[in-house]
Amino acid sequence: MTTLNTESQNPMGERVSAAIRASAVFILLIVMVAGFALAQPAYINVTNLMSILQAVSVVAILGAGVTVTLAVGGFDLSIGAVAASSVMAASYAMIVWGLGVYETVPLVLLFGALVGLVNAFLIVRLRVPDLLATLAMMFLLTGLQLIPTAGRSISAGLILPDGSTAKGAYDPAFLLIGRSSFFGIVPAPVVIMTLVAFILFVLTERTRLGRLLFATGGNELATRLAGASVPRLKTLAYVLSGTLASLGGIIVAARVGRGDVSSGASLLMDSVAAALIGFAVLGLRRPNVFGTIVGAVFVGLLLNGLTMLNAPYYTQDFVKGAVLVGALALTYGLGRSQAR
Amino acid sequence: MPLLRIYGLAHAFGPTKALAGASLEIRSGEIVALMGANGAGKSTLVNVLAGTLAADQGTMTLAGRPYAPCSPAEATDAGVVTVHQSTERVGAPGLSVADALLLHAYADGSAPFFLSRSAVRRRAAEMLQNAGFELPLDRDFADLTAADRQLVAIARALSRRASLLILDEPTASISGRESERLYTILRRLRDEGLAILFISHRIADLNALADRAVVMRGGTVVGEFGRPIDFDRAVETMIGRPLRAARPNARSFHGAPVLEMAGVQLVAGSTPFDLALHAGEVVAVTGVLGAGKSRLLQAIFGTRTPAAGTMRLDGKAYRPTTPATAIEAGIFMAGEDRHRSSLMPSDWPGSTLAPTVSLPHLAKWYPLGFLLGAREKQEAQRAIDTLGIKASGPEAPMTSLSGGNQQKVILGRWNAEPSRVLLLDEPFQGVDVGARHDIITAIRANTKRATLIATSDPEEALEVADRILIIDHHTLTPAPQAERSAEAIEA
Repeated sequence: MTTLNTESQNPMGERVSAAIRASAVFILLIVMVAGFALAQPAYINVTNLMSILQAVSVVAILGAGVTVTLAVGGFDLSIGAVAASSVMAASYAMIVWGLGVYETVPLVLLFGALVGLVNAFLIVRLRVPDLLATLAMMFLLTGLQLIPTAGRSISAGLILPDGSTAKGAYDPAFLLIGRSSFFGIVPAPVVIMTLVAFILFVLTERTRLGRLLFATGGNELATRLAGASVPRLKTLAYVLSGTLASLGGIIVAARVGRGDVSSGASLLMDSVAAALIGFAVLGLRRPNVFGTIVGAVFVGLLLNGLTMLNAPYYTQDFVKGAVLVGALALTYGLGRSQAR
Repeated sequence: MPLLRIYGLAHAFGPTKALAGASLEIRSGEIVALMGANGAGKSTLVNVLAGTLAADQGTMTLAGRPYAPCSPAEATDAGVVTVHQSTERVGAPGLSVADALLLHAYADGSAPFFLSRSAVRRRAAEMLQNAGFELPLDRDFADLTAADRQLVAIARALSRRASLLILDEPTASISGRESERLYTILRRLRDEGLAILFISHRIADLNALADRAVVMRGGTVVGEFGRPIDFDRAVETMIGRPLRAARPNARSFHGAPVLEMAGVQLVAGSTPFDLALHAGEVVAVTGVLGAGKSRLLQAIFGTRTPAAGTMRLDGKAYRPTTPATAIEAGIFMAGEDRHRSSLMPSDWPGSTLAPTVSLPHLAKWYPLGFLLGAREKQEAQRAIDTLGIKASGPEAPMTSLSGGNQQKVILGRWNAEPSRVLLLDEPFQGVDVGARHDIITAIRANTKRATLIATSDPEEALEVADRILIIDHHTLTPAPQAERSAEAIEA
């Protein structure tokens, strides 16, 4: 029978293309690392790999937050601004108010949560479309962080708008968050990133709450009719995303040791890109925390390798963009042509 | 000579043979009903005819010439126009009805680049005159009823000199009165020489329209019935087994009601009504579109607050404010249109069978919050076994199930935990006769809860219910007991 032929070919083809989609990012990752290691043996040593992970940790943490908002069918554009204003807030708290690490960290996390709450209020209560609400919040925060210091960056000895000099300084214990290493090898930010990744992975993929978060993004009406509180789930997602963004800000502040006005400029784009590259990881075609982390690490490995091979700094954005375009083409293009 | 001749058409989706050598002839000036259970191959056949799918094998000739459209545009050019079930996509909100009528002319460039509003109106009016029915040309397309949207699509088809019109469940989402109007229009078009092929599960449609019924099963045409159509035989051919007496003996119920509604006004100014539901009782509410069927169910489920009245559940005051409070109190609802109200999109977490069953029960089944253990798989397997769901197992994607089996899964979801009242809004939408029979049996087998079903099809109401209520202008009246027939209800 001639139909037999088409029958056996089709599922084979589909299975193969599914397998390619599921592992494509990992195959690329291995090929890439092997290539860089051959060209530049220093690339593969532990110190360099750790510095790569440290470099991507903030993006990965913010990306995890974006992933959660994507899961509920939303989008948080304010995370970059939240992270940047958290850097300013942390610096202000320590340098102007003279607070220590134990007051500063909870305060800044609370600030992030509060921004998430306001975002959720705009989106859930006032029904502002999520992109617009968080975009507006982004503008608001970008401006807000300039006001307390009249546009100046914050470092020890800051001259306040009223002419007096700030007396506080960065708490050395706070700086440990960004600068210390466990066992002399693993930087603290990498440990924090790993913890965040693990907790969020379990939360989104292995708990009832995660199931409901995704259900909200998949079919809001069905979720509501199943008895879940959609407003509460969405609020939770934005609060999580805001809190994670401020955690990212804390790490940046602890690493830099001062409150730079322009810090966190590229954080939004990079973390959104990580979350979107994550769609391609495992061929899931949907937001997932594991994919986001892999996406962030992927970009980090690539950029570091190119830097080691003396690729000019200004090509970085182009490379990130190319990776994103490729990943999205992989996610949506491959295997879909047969479906229709 | 027949207008369309199909011979030995085959198409496979992976291992599934959706079409396995289907042959069919359609003459001009004839209305042919295409019947078949879900998965029988009707949709695939229509898609091949409409040019959205290419056949693996077989030949088609249209008016004597070979016909093998590669795209819907090619099919339309050849004179085969398909009106799909979801008519929202015929136009777009913000377009006037006149614009929606001319949409294809804008797209294929046959309309001039610069068009005044009056020119658009004139052309649209001409189209309607040729088609022979009226539509409000200046209204926004989004304000049209489903029935009118369908007429827009038909008018467009006619303006493109269609010789074969294909309709996919044309009356699925329109009321009885609107169906009558559609029947009249379709019969006139047939008399003018148009060939019409329509898919429908409704006996009323077949009765009113079909000159001939073609029955498909397993991807081939298994039977043809000329007028007068023997529907019982046709349905038996369709499901491949004898039809047991579907009409149940109505049971009567006494004693304390489970749910009592008193002096309820669904909307301000409507006539108040009372309603009592007893344990084990199956009550159907039927009425035209917009009469308030869904609103009644939503009032009980807490998604819409009635204007006035009280409810008591097992004698205690019941005032739901959200679905969560209703579910907590033991009132479950499966909403209208399962894709919109119950299912996740494909490839999304929770789009397989087991999570579909467990969604409302997650808190109960996983009190610690972690999805550990096989509880939802066991419950899903139980639903598969008790309801006879045809699926590869609890992990099967919902999209791999036929409409009838999807609906069984939804019923399985709400059967998984004990309830006091089950509300079902149009539970037989897109469900074939065989699956409908299983679902009715399962609904009637539960003696612990009361079941309230909203349906716009009086036949379905007769089949499933112990008691039928008619809703009109948001108020309930009992159906005439003496003549509980479909005609009496429709009148």
